[in-house]
Amino acid sequence: MTTFDFLLQGLSVALDPMILLYALIGVTLGTAVGVLPGIGPALTVALLLPVTYGLDPAGSLIMFAGIYYGGMYGGSTTSILLNTPGESASIVTALEGNKMARAGRGGPALATAAIGSFIAGLAATVLLAFVAPTVVKLALVFGPRDYFALMVLAFVTVSSAFGESARKGLISLFIGLALALVGIDQLTGQARLSFGVPQLLDGIEVTTLAVAMFAVGEALFVAGQRGTVDDEVIAVKGSVWMTAKDWARSWKPWLRGTVIGFPIGAMPAGGADIATFLSYAAEKKMSKHPEEFGNGAIEGVAGPEAANNASAAGTLVPLLTLGLPTTATAAIMLAGFQQFGLQPGPLLFATNPQLVWGLIASLLIANFMLLVLNLPLIGLWVKLLTIPRPWLYAGILVFATLGTIGANPSPVELSMLLIFGVMGYAMRLYGYPIAPVVVGLILGPMAEQQLRRALSISQGDLTTLVGSPVSATLLALSALALIVPLILRARGKGKVLSQLASDED
Amino acid sequence: MSGTTPQGSAGTRRPDGATLVVALILAAIAVVIWRDAARLPQAGGYAGVGPADVPRWIAGGLGGLSLWSVIEAFRSGKTDREAQNVGPILWIVGGLAAQLALLTTAGFSIATGLLFAATAAAFGKRNLALTVPVGIAFALVVYLLFAGLLKLSLPAGPLEDLVWGLFRGHNGGTPA
Repeated sequence: MTTFDFLLQGLSVALDPMILLYALIGVTLGTAVGVLPGIGPALTVALLLPVTYGLDPAGSLIMFAGIYYGGMYGGSTTSILLNTPGESASIVTALEGNKMARAGRGGPALATAAIGSFIAGLAATVLLAFVAPTVVKLALVFGPRDYFALMVLAFVTVSSAFGESARKGLISLFIGLALALVGIDQLTGQARLSFGVPQLLDGIEVTTLAVAMFAVGEALFVAGQRGTVDDEVIAVKGSVWMTAKDWARSWKPWLRGTVIGFPIGAMPAGGADIATFLSYAAEKKMSKHPEEFGNGAIEGVAGPEAANNASAAGTLVPLLTLGLPTTATAAIMLAGFQQFGLQPGPLLFATNPQLVWGLIASLLIANFMLLVLNLPLIGLWVKLLTIPRPWLYAGILVFATLGTIGANPSPVELSMLLIFGVMGYAMRLYGYPIAPVVVGLILGPMAEQQLRRALSISQGDLTTLVGSPVSATLLALSALALIVPLILRARGKGKVLSQLASDED
Repeated sequence: MSGTTPQGSAGTRRPDGATLVVALILAAIAVVIWRDAARLPQAGGYAGVGPADVPRWIAGGLGGLSLWSVIEAFRSGKTDREAQNVGPILWIVGGLAAQLALLTTAGFSIATGLLFAATAAAFGKRNLALTVPVGIAFALVVYLLFAGLLKLSLPAGPLEDLVWGLFRGHNGGTPA
């Protein structure tokens, strides 16, 4: 069967009324958390993991993916109207978008963001459908050592390649890896680092860690800041519709953003935020109106907004085909798959094509839903921004603890929530990135398993790790990704890298 | 290490305290992992790598990062950071602790309502006479939604029993 046949099959799954409802809930929630500062898609998916435990796997996963897509749409609204990015992937949008809003062009800014997101989301999802089967074919020949090398590459790129300092990124990663050791060793059944506490035998829940670091840590951080930021919501004046000139200036950045965003998301090279920075830089360079950049150039909104959506779709390529998450949200979605006893990877395409293609087809439909939610209904989301902060954060913490209590209502779990929350706060305060901890916790045990399998096959011969062309190339890339940024920083060129810091989603 | 860092000129600067604390914490975690690994049987099998080896490597990595942090603390010197408000932080931490302490006895709604009020207080709504009832009511609605409709198991207390009793009709009265 060709990709088209599979997609048609997927559409028949996706058009099921229940599945459509799941998708609608997902994109609505996603837009809401995208709009609200302080919570993002990673946290929301983590919160929903325990809630969806008893629900339909396909529907739940479609909902999670909808949240991811929705977060990318919704983040732009906050960036444009509030100048406080709702998501890390929308930081760049605030640069030009907020200037446009201040100049009374908030409507066209929101429109170019939404339409750009739609076009990029649609194009990138189609790309995902066509690229995934090819990657699956490649992945079938991957052995344990190749997977191990792939994970090492993901570790390096997530932690140390970008961001303010390689040391801080690696520290975050190793904390995640250390936390991943807690529990029963998957190959021999030995209890590690459980200190006789039975609840620790199962290991540290991804939900608990993610909720603690993202929700509790963020709430503590925002509460602790002295100077409050300028929180004025700029009303949307004038027409929401773009003029012919706006269209003419927007369509190329949309396409360029898609082309930049998709591969960045698909490679284990960090999240959507990196794609948005690159797209912004590209638009600034190619623009016929460079003088407008910094004063509200529409290209600076159109490009990055397209890029972050394309990158979200790109992230699903390694997640679905290799089981390899490259962002915090993808890492938590992987935990979602595992919760339902599904292991993403080449086999999933063979054993559960209904689910995979249903998911991909649903994302196409989700894009249409999101376009409606984010253009005609934009006023509703703007209202969300007027919720006073005390109620907003109080509500966030209620839902945050609900997820943890629902997963495991034990004092041990809640104590961990508190401890990791304070840890997340301290890490934010001193500039240590959060995402590597989550990725380390999820990928750590998988990397260890693949490593030990590879060494079992070679009877303990370490050279096997560079024995296949794939693994040798991937490990060489990892070494480059570790060393080159170190040299760049040592030469004082670290500023560019720290701007590319991958924060949350 | 003091004063004689490889970079030399750091002699007059004071080391960055926060980075030193990080180094200390990393070293402590490394020791804990190493000691735990020492207790595990060496069952490498064909791989030659058993359950204790990967922990040892991670402990080694943490130790290395700890050293790197010490060097960095002396090299970069003291960095000033924006002062934080301690009050709001204590409110939230206190709210979480109260929820933790009360959850099994008072039930989800009351414990979570207190967390709600404490968080609101951290962000400036200090009127507890208003926020505690609002919080408890909100948590109760959340409880009914998630425990009732989505069958999530949340700890019930007197308040939840009361509401369930009301829902199930008046036969047998309200258990309290």
